[in-house]
Order: sequence, then structure tokens, then C-alpha cells
Amino acid sequence: MWGIEVIFKGKNLIRLLGGLGTALEISLIAVAISIPIGIILGILMAGRNPVIKAILRVYLDFVRIMPQLVLLFLVFFGTTKVWGWDLSGEVSAVIVFSMWGAAEMSDLVRGALNAIPQHQYESAQSLGFTPLQTKIYIVIPQCVRRLIPLSINLITRMVKTTSLVLMIGVVEVLKVAQQIIEANRMSAPNAAFGVYLFVFALYFAVCFVLSIAARKLEKKWS
Amino acid sequence: MPELLKVNNLIKRFGDSTVLDDISLTVKKGEVVVILGPSGCGKSTLLRCINALEDIQGGEILIDGENILTGGKHNSKVGMVFQSYDLFPHLTVLDNITLAPCKVQKRDKAQVRDEARELLKRVGLFDKEKSYPRELSGGQKQRAAIVRSLIMHPELLLFDEVTAALDPEMVREVLEVILDLAKQGKTMMIVTHEMQFARAIADRVIMIDGGKIIEENPPERFFTNPDTERARQFLNTFTYESVRA
Amino acid sequence: MNAEVLNEYLPLFGNAALLTVWLGLAGIGLSIVIGLICSLVQFYKIPVARQIVRIYIELSRNTPLLIQLFFIYYGLPKIGIKTDPAVCGVVGLAFLGGSYMAETFRSGLEAVDKVHSESAFTLGLNKLQTFIYVILPQALSTSIPPFVANVIFLLKETSVFSAVSLMDLMFTAKDLIGLYYNTTESLFLLVVFYLIILLPVSLLGTYLEHKLGTPGVRQSIRKNAASRKERKTTIKEGVVNVGN
Repeated sequence: MWGIEVIFKGKNLIRLLGGLGTALEISLIAVAISIPIGIILGILMAGRNPVIKAILRVYLDFVRIMPQLVLLFLVFFGTTKVWGWDLSGEVSAVIVFSMWGAAEMSDLVRGALNAIPQHQYESAQSLGFTPLQTKIYIVIPQCVRRLIPLSINLITRMVKTTSLVLMIGVVEVLKVAQQIIEANRMSAPNAAFGVYLFVFALYFAVCFVLSIAARKLEKKWS
Repeated sequence: MPELLKVNNLIKRFGDSTVLDDISLTVKKGEVVVILGPSGCGKSTLLRCINALEDIQGGEILIDGENILTGGKHNSKVGMVFQSYDLFPHLTVLDNITLAPCKVQKRDKAQVRDEARELLKRVGLFDKEKSYPRELSGGQKQRAAIVRSLIMHPELLLFDEVTAALDPEMVREVLEVILDLAKQGKTMMIVTHEMQFARAIADRVIMIDGGKIIEENPPERFFTNPDTERARQFLNTFTYESVRA
Repeated sequence: MNAEVLNEYLPLFGNAALLTVWLGLAGIGLSIVIGLICSLVQFYKIPVARQIVRIYIELSRNTPLLIQLFFIYYGLPKIGIKTDPAVCGVVGLAFLGGSYMAETFRSGLEAVDKVHSESAFTLGLNKLQTFIYVILPQALSTSIPPFVANVIFLLKETSVFSAVSLMDLMFTAKDLIGLYYNTTESLFLLVVFYLIILLPVSLLGTYLEHKLGTPGVRQSIRKNAASRKERKTTIKEGVVNVGN
């Protein structure tokens, strides 16, 4: 009914899951790149060098204020025009999501660093900790606890954002769904309902699990 | 003197733990009753019950013979000042004070304002009517909160550790306002940890421990020669003689 | 970049930007209504409705807008619910935004100290009066910064509207790139117009965050900052003294 049966026809289910796999792969690579870069940028942002901070500010604000789809267009179409690169949709997506993820991550890191009250540095100092020891034993453990749930949230947002790669021609879940609906247009004219509902459910399943995990950790560590 | 408040066999539980266990007491019109006891003994909960902020599991609470829990509405004969600063942060001092008389009692605004200014003057806040709570010191906030309560003309005033969150130098200005109210003959129930103040203001001291009334005596008797060993121990925690010995 | 091309494209992008703004505002307006209702249901713990709201919020927050739009625009007509692209865009944005607004308003409501509703009760205010005069004004002022963040987020999300064949900024850019290969000009205008839409909101957000905030919170932050400075100077002086 409503085309849900189409999903279980032939290799359709495997193809849809494969599409989801592509989207998840892009998210995971982008997250893996953006977390270390974001940490470095965040530390720089919480630091004292005004020039570095000003430059970073402009870059980060631009990346965070632009819709991710605009950034995708800039990289996907722009690099071809300006430098003659022929980046695939997947590579463009990884570049854009890494840039965006790093910007978001840096903001989280900066927030976590600023959240540590000054008096902790002072008590550490008066207990005779060196600045390095203070970071290792006091600052980093607290930041990590704050950051892990926030990073999981970032992954959730990343997974949701990867749905955009459809718009630059990457074959992911929605594209596969379109192909399946198109191929079965005669036998199951109403397949769009069931197939898109299924895609909706797929995304929900992935993101919901991540959200729950983030919430659990947040509760445990707050 | 007629009875204003009568509490009969009050029982209050939070889940499995019984916080108030068969409490009975009366407060006469014009009387000042101070409630003492160690932290967590249930004294604040008692005030909250009398103010209908808590549901009760047994017994009854009567104000002027009227059960406070009937109708689920607040009894306008009772007023309460809380420990934490409870002035509404988005309103000026004057608006904080006039909100309820105008909206609840539908009194004339100009008249309420005049009365508010009169009361503010009496507690030394005449120049603060346009200030926001964030611009006041803790002591000023509590004095304003007392005025906000007074303007409703309650017959019974409840004070729940109103100086507990204050810096020591501000405690006195608040306590003096309450002493002044006592002189005017207001009926009050006061929960406090300020022993000197308790002794000075109380007509009667009630000590609660473990949810039960342990002792009930005039202040002179309670502070110099209490009936119970438990009260003696409690009073000793406020002196340091045993530490030195 | 070719000035003539820019000139020629400008009105196209201008119209597209207007469409983006209109649909965005309509969707955001609807989100606010949904958000308010949901947050009240949650705040006052209304049975049954509360569970429905919970499910809605989870569904809405854990799926991308693009998928929501595809389902509404291409899926729903198959069971007889047809919508035109503009309605679909607005409904989709409201479905997404409602949950974000709900969470913002709810945490604003919950941030109001319980002692204030107790004082209001003690002063004889009824539930409605307490809400209007005591809770709502405080909740609104704490909700403003995250509210502005939501508005920016939702305006950004409108960029997927081209997927349901709405001729917004993305659609226009893609169209012009595909047809005439004037990539540089199209991308330039695309960025400029999004900045024109988003930058003022973002600046307003930063401004409000500094200006408004919650009175109490703001003061305590300032106080902390002041005492931190003080402490720092004392420490520095201390170090100097030790050195001497």
C-alpha cells in the first residue's frame, strides 16, 4: 500500500541503505576533519592574539552565517570557474562540511574554555601546578566532558546537513529514492509517499539515536 | 486575644519521608511566634503549608476558622516573605508593590501608589521606588519584599529565613523593619537562625526537630532554661564555649 | 566579473530574495505560534497533548528540512494532500521551526525561578495573571538571544526551497549558472543577497544579547567580570611584590 512495497522489491532496500551510507560516510569524514581543526581554532579564539582572533572571527562568522547550500555552491561551482578544478560533489561536500563543522566546533571549544572559571586557574596556580599541568589535569578533563555531548549533536546536525548534497548531484538516499520512484512509476504510481516516508524514517532513526546518546552523556556529565 | 491561626495534627510527606509529623499549634492575633530548629527540620515546610504552597497529607490548617485549602485559592489573610530575593526582576520596586493590589484587589491605582510610597518611606526606601531589583542591595530587596507583602494587608505575616541569604551587615536593617512591625502589633510567624533577634522579638518560641514540636515556651525560658535536652543541645551549637573547652 | 551581467542579474536576484524573505517570515511567524503552543503544553504539563508535542519535537528536530519538504511536496499528494510550492515551503519551515521555537520558549519559561510564581500565588494572583505579569515578561527576555539564533537558522534553511521548485535565491543562481555559465556573477550575487538578508539579523542578535539579556544574569556576569579583573590585578601586584 502507498508504495511501501516498492522498497522491498529487488535491490531497492539495499540501494536506499547504500545511499544513506554515502551520506553517513560524507558526514563522518567531515566530522573527523572538523573536530581537530575546530579544537585548534577554538583554542586560538580563546587566546589573546588580537590579529589572529580578528581574522578567524571574520572567517568563522562568514561560514556560520551562510547557508550550507550556498557554501556547497561556492565550492562546487566556484572552484571550477576560478581554478578550473573539477571537484566531484562528494569531495566538495567533504570540504564544505569540514569547513563548516570546524567553525561550529571552534565555537563549542571556545565556549567550553571560557566556561572554566578564573578561580580554578588561580587555585591551580596556588597549589603549585605549572600552566601545562593545569591544562592536563584541570582544563582538558572538564572541556572534554562538556564537548563530547556537544560533538555528538554536531554529528547529528552534520548528518541532517548531508541531505543537501542531493542539490549538487551526489547520489545519496534522496537521489536513490527518486530513481526508485521513477523506475516504478507504472507499477506503483503512488510509490512517492511510501518511499519518501521511508527516507524520512531512515534519517530519523539515525539522528534520533545520536540525539539520545548526546542527551544521556549530557545528563551523566553535567 | 482570639485565635488567628489554628493548625491541627498537620502531616506533610514528601514521598516516603514524613517532614511534618502531627503538628498542632495556635497563633493568637497580635502574637509573634518564632520557629527554631536545625536545618531540614521542617520549619520552612510548615510556613509553606500555612501559605498553601504545599498540599498536606493529614490534619487541617484554619485561618480565622476557615480552612486554607478550600477552593485551591490563596487565602488573602496570609502574606509571606521568602528567603531568596523574590522581587519580580522585570518590574521596578513600585510596580512590584502595586501589581497585586491593582490586579488582584482591584484597588484604585493612585491610592495604592500613595500607600506604597508611605510604606517605602517607613522602611527607608523612599528614593528607590523607580529602581529595579538588580540595582538594590540584598537588604533593600528584602525590605521592598516586605512592603510588597504588607500592602495586601494580610492578618498573618510569614517570614521564611528572610535574612539567611544576606551579608551580615545587611541583616540588621531587615530585622529592624520586622521589629517595627511587631511593635505595631502585627501577627507574625518567623523562621530564623538569628538567635538574638528571635529572643528580642518572640512572644513565644516553638522548636521543631524531626518534623515534631519539641518545645514551646516564652523566649526567656527557652533561651535560658529550656525544658528539653534537645533544645539545650541546639542552643549550644550557636555558642563556641564547648569548642574552647 | 562582468558589470553588465551583474546589472542584468540584479533584479532577478532581488525578486528571488524577496520570495525567500516572504516565505521565510511566513514560516517563522507560524513557527512562533506552534512554538508558543507547544511550550505552554510542556510547561503546564498538559496530559496527552504533552506526549504528542514530545513526539512532534523529536520528529521535527531529527530530520532534515529537505526530507520533510520532499515528503510534503512529493509524498503527500499521493494520498490526496496536495500543496502548492509556496504553501509547502512555509508549512515545511514551520514544521521544522516550531520545534526549535518550542524548545527556546520552554527553556525560557523554565528559567523563571519558582519563587516568583510562589510569590505571585502568595500575593493572590491567579494562574493567568501570574503567567501574564510575572512569568511571560521574564521568559521573553531570556528567550531573545536563542530566538534570534532560531530566526537566522530558519532563514538559512530556506535555501533548500528550490527543491520544491520555488524560485528563490538558490534556484536563480543554479538556473543562471546552468544556462549561461556566468558562475562568478551568480555566486557573487548569491552571497551578497544572503548577507543582506542575514547580516542585519545576526547583528541585531549580537546587539540584543549585549543589551537585553536577563537583568539579573547580566548584572551577575558583569559583577563576575569586575571581580575577576580585580583579582587579576591583585595577583599581578602580588607577583610584583614578591619580585621586589
